Amino acid sequence: MNQAITLKGTSQVAIRVQTNKSGKIKVRKLDKSRMWTRVLIYSLIAITVYAFVTMNFGTMTLEVALPTFFANLQRIFLQPRLSHRVEWAALIDQLTITLGLAVLGTLIGAVVSFFFALLAARNLSHPKVSQTVRAIMSFIRAIPAILWVLIFALAMGLGSEAAVVGIVFQGIAFLTKAYSETIEEIDHGVIEALKASGATWWQIVFQAVLPSCLTALISWSFLRLETNFGHAVAVGAAAGAGGIGFQLMLSGNMQMDMHEVGVIVYLLLGVSVVFELVSMKLREKLLVKS
Amino acid sequence: MATDIFKKRRIHMVLFFAVFTGLYVFFSQQLNFNSATAFTQIPSGFAWLGANFWPNYTTTAPEFLLNIIRVLLRTVIIAVASTTTASAFALIAAVFGSNKTGIHWTIKYIVRIIAMVFRNIPLIAWALILLFSFRQNEFTGFLALFFGTFGYLTRSFTEIIDESGDGVIEALKSTGATYFQIVFQGVFPMISSQLVSWVLFMIESNIRESALVGMLTGTGIGQMFNFFFSGFRYPMAGMVLLFIIITVIGLEMLSNKIRRLLL
Repeated sequence: MNQAITLKGTSQVAIRVQTNKSGKIKVRKLDKSRMWTRVLIYSLIAITVYAFVTMNFGTMTLEVALPTFFANLQRIFLQPRLSHRVEWAALIDQLTITLGLAVLGTLIGAVVSFFFALLAARNLSHPKVSQTVRAIMSFIRAIPAILWVLIFALAMGLGSEAAVVGIVFQGIAFLTKAYSETIEEIDHGVIEALKASGATWWQIVFQAVLPSCLTALISWSFLRLETNFGHAVAVGAAAGAGGIGFQLMLSGNMQMDMHEVGVIVYLLLGVSVVFELVSMKLREKLLVKS
Repeated sequence: MATDIFKKRRIHMVLFFAVFTGLYVFFSQQLNFNSATAFTQIPSGFAWLGANFWPNYTTTAPEFLLNIIRVLLRTVIIAVASTTTASAFALIAAVFGSNKTGIHWTIKYIVRIIAMVFRNIPLIAWALILLFSFRQNEFTGFLALFFGTFGYLTRSFTEIIDESGDGVIEALKSTGATYFQIVFQGVFPMISSQLVSWVLFMIESNIRESALVGMLTGTGIGQMFNFFFSGFRYPMAGMVLLFIIITVIGLEMLSNKIRRLLL
């Protein structure tokens, strides 16, 4: 409904005001993006409600499960302690293995991704090459890390190699995307100037691209290290490379010792929090710089 | 003192490569990691995959395919439900945890610490902890995804609210709007497209994660893959994998389309 309001004063002003059915002034216009946001939110809620209604609870009842859950949480977070079966030194060794899987996976992934990113970046590469690399990456990304590891563990034999390669594969899909977007943000003039001075492609890469976005690349890699650490916990156990995830399975599933699980959880939490803080500092530094 | 930019840059690069190589060598030794084996085995890994995982006549039975689709759809539904629920809780937590809309600094810190604990305990640890009390069922998978997502999204949402403009909040305050009016009429509409973008991203990522969670909680597509894989029925596992790939890529394309619609 449209209503014309005429204000009379020294000069005449005409304002068209849209009103709704009850005559109130419309304060919100339902544009296309707002409408689709609503459609999306309502569909997500509908799926969630459907999922809850049809949820399979198995033999579990909340009356039994919730008290044991809170009792377990109490043992894990408030009474963490090691049993006689596990020594601190052994636990630290296992943590080092998991850490190593994550670090090696990130380092190798970073190098491989850098070269893929050069091929994927629109300002350095041919459009067709860029599209092909992007398609390959979305294929690689679609396969969960744990499945890469299981497959490579069978093909290569059990050990740290399969675990690292599995972590690398999931990582390069993520890092290639992040790196190539960083490279695309480089000032066009820099590349142009080098090209004009007759620099070769590799000179452009190592004299302009790498130095100007090294900090950003390191920051992205660190973010990936956080994720890779989480993967390494699961993957080390699955690939037979050992690590803290394997100990977690032993203490939890085999011995059912929640106090020991607590120690492991605190160790994992400690490492991740350190990663996160470093990553945050790196990003702050990056923001100041730009 | 004039600093030579080229010299400085060279020092930076040398330092960077030294740290890089040092870490690589140290952890390779710790893990008995053989770089040569790892890299040369990748092609044979793919060859093995092609030879064993290639779907054959046993894997194209309609009931089998329908079963995969049914299980996969269920997994997607659980992942969506888990992400949606976690986003709702994360949004509330983010409002109280943000510098802009937080009520009191104690609540702000409590929210941030809780979110930090939730997101930094790896998913596999959550799945194991939950497994002891909730046993193997869909609900356990739902909860495992929920906890990690809640922690992660709370951080993202808090950052989004912190980075949103002051103008709207100030303008609403000056008109005498209440706290809830400011949050619901001012802050939420301003950041809604960014929120949705994050939620879509988390749905994608959670569907991938549910492969791992499903293996532990004995539900969904993870359990199905594990069943065929550990039973040495590789062509069938290959078919399941193919469906996972199609679903994830399909959802990625769909959410990119939705993102464009919302802009």
